[in-house]
Amino acid sequence: MKAIEIQGLTKTYANGVEALKGIDLVVEQGDFYALLGPNGAGKSTTIGVLSSLVTKSQGSVEIFGHSIDTALEAAKSCIGLVPQEFNFNQFETLLQIVVNQAGYYGVPRKEAIKRAEKYLTQLELWDKRNHRARELSGGMKRRLMIARALMHEPQMLILDEPTAGVDIEIRRGMWDFLRTINQQGKTIILTTHYLEEAELLCRNIGIINKGQIVTNTSMKALLATLNVETFVLDLSAPSADVQLTDFDWRVVNDSSIEVDVAKEKGMNSVFAQLDAQGIQVLSMRNKANRLEELFVAMMGEQANQPKTTEEQGA
Amino acid sequence: MSASVNYIALKSIVRKECTRFLRIWVQTLVPPAITTTLYFVIFGGLIGSRVGEMGGVSYMDYIVPGLIMMSVITSSYSNVASSFFSAKFQRNIEELLVAPVPNYIIVLGYVIGGMCRGLLVGCVVTLVAFLFSDLHFHHVGILVVVILLTAMLFALGGMFNALFAKTFDDVSIIPTFVLTPLTYLGGVFYSISLLPEVWQWVSKLNPIVYMVNTFRYGFLGISDIPVAPSIAMLIAMTIVLFMVILNMLKRGVGIRS
Ligand SMILES: Nc1ncnc2c1ncn2[C@@H]1O[C@H](COP(=O)(O)OP(=O)(O)OP(=O)(O)O)[C@@H](O)[C@H]1O
Ligand SMILES: [Mg+2]
Repeated sequence: MKAIEIQGLTKTYANGVEALKGIDLVVEQGDFYALLGPNGAGKSTTIGVLSSLVTKSQGSVEIFGHSIDTALEAAKSCIGLVPQEFNFNQFETLLQIVVNQAGYYGVPRKEAIKRAEKYLTQLELWDKRNHRARELSGGMKRRLMIARALMHEPQMLILDEPTAGVDIEIRRGMWDFLRTINQQGKTIILTTHYLEEAELLCRNIGIINKGQIVTNTSMKALLATLNVETFVLDLSAPSADVQLTDFDWRVVNDSSIEVDVAKEKGMNSVFAQLDAQGIQVLSMRNKANRLEELFVAMMGEQANQPKTTEEQGA
Repeated sequence: MSASVNYIALKSIVRKECTRFLRIWVQTLVPPAITTTLYFVIFGGLIGSRVGEMGGVSYMDYIVPGLIMMSVITSSYSNVASSFFSAKFQRNIEELLVAPVPNYIIVLGYVIGGMCRGLLVGCVVTLVAFLFSDLHFHHVGILVVVILLTAMLFALGGMFNALFAKTFDDVSIIPTFVLTPLTYLGGVFYSISLLPEVWQWVSKLNPIVYMVNTFRYGFLGISDIPVAPSIAMLIAMTIVLFMVILNMLKRGVGIRS
């Protein structure tokens, strides 16, 4: 069963912006899928069409087999949406917000209150249930939107940058939570700017840029294409004294350098050269710019010819 | 969607709407009570005693039905206009748009919410009126039908306004520049039969004249205008506006990009 099947989707906004230029995307049921792309790529627009907040221009969209043209209500019932921006009534209490949301999906009030306790507790908000939403911190508001999206117990959760503006501890908590509900069978789609986040959570990934899908593949396959990595080395000697041949490298500061290492080449030669100069490597870390590298690689490819990888891991 | 699902959705919207205006009751329920009390004291009491009779009853008795109607109109209209617009503005309307709620349920939910406020305010004003005049009910059936239809029509009007509105100014412009003048010229304070013939004709283009007169008939048994056609007109206008709004929602006007 396909959770999502999008074909030839285009969206031109009233102001003439062509936000989507013909997107094809398939997400299998049970998948944990990342939609990755820079600002303005069209991630939120895609999600808007899926959740029927944005009307599409062309193309077809099916959600668990329900076309949004002919079976919109059935399609809507399958989705729980956590939007990018806070969109609840700031003056309502948490309990009112989630219970009403369940009501809109036809969940009777008694049942809705039970579920509110369950999900607000899971997201550590039950104590705050009678507070107004405006009194919450940013991270709590995000969690409130997750709880709200779960109230009708949808088969699929779509989260638009759920961890934006959330500190690392709460982010980890959110990741664990999402992983757990994915293991329990919920399909999850999330958008993010962070490759690390996608890498940690997702099995499959789509990269979108300027309204087009650049890559749609498994996380593993994608990371394999990342063949150059940059490492930062902290040295026992001044970095000005270093001599390295055969590698692209830069001085970072007095005692650290940065080396670009191609996968097939390996690092031994770096160590050997430094060793020969009597320089010790005190510590080493991966520079966290892999996403940039990935984008540079991808966008370069796209400039030559738009390309979609069919390969999908399960 | 099945009927019970829709019914639960409708109840949720109405409950949310009622919670909203009750939460801010100082803004929503108190002002109309104060304003109409002032009207009663000034127009009915001080000035009315010099006016004498109008339409065969005391001036106070004459203006009471119109004042009740005026408060119902304003409250129903502004409730939906401001609630729906702020839902658009804060984007919490998306809570409804992502859910499988049919458009007519959304409209009905907001409209019933607006009617609840309008009718509650109407009751408050009626109670105040009992202090100032000896009201009696000539035809309760007509009163109920007319007030329900009027509240509904203006709640729909508020929704129409909110759909078009882009700023908070847009939801106060129509009440100020259209609704208030039409109400004041709607025969609340005078019988249109007192006007020169031309102005009588002009007045008859104002729908509020029909509502006020029909409502007054329910209390006093007097009207400048035949009652049955007025009610038919009210029903027709309500249905047309409902259809127009449904059509706008279907096309996503003002709510979907
Ligand atoms: N309501 C709108 N009206 C007009 N143009 C819009 C609207 N919403 C988005 N756009 C435009 O469509 C393009 C895609 O925007 P979208 O919000 O889908 O990007 P995104 O990938 O979600 O970006 P971000 O990572 O910044 O959230 C952008 O050029 C944006 O300016
Ligand atoms: Mg976005």
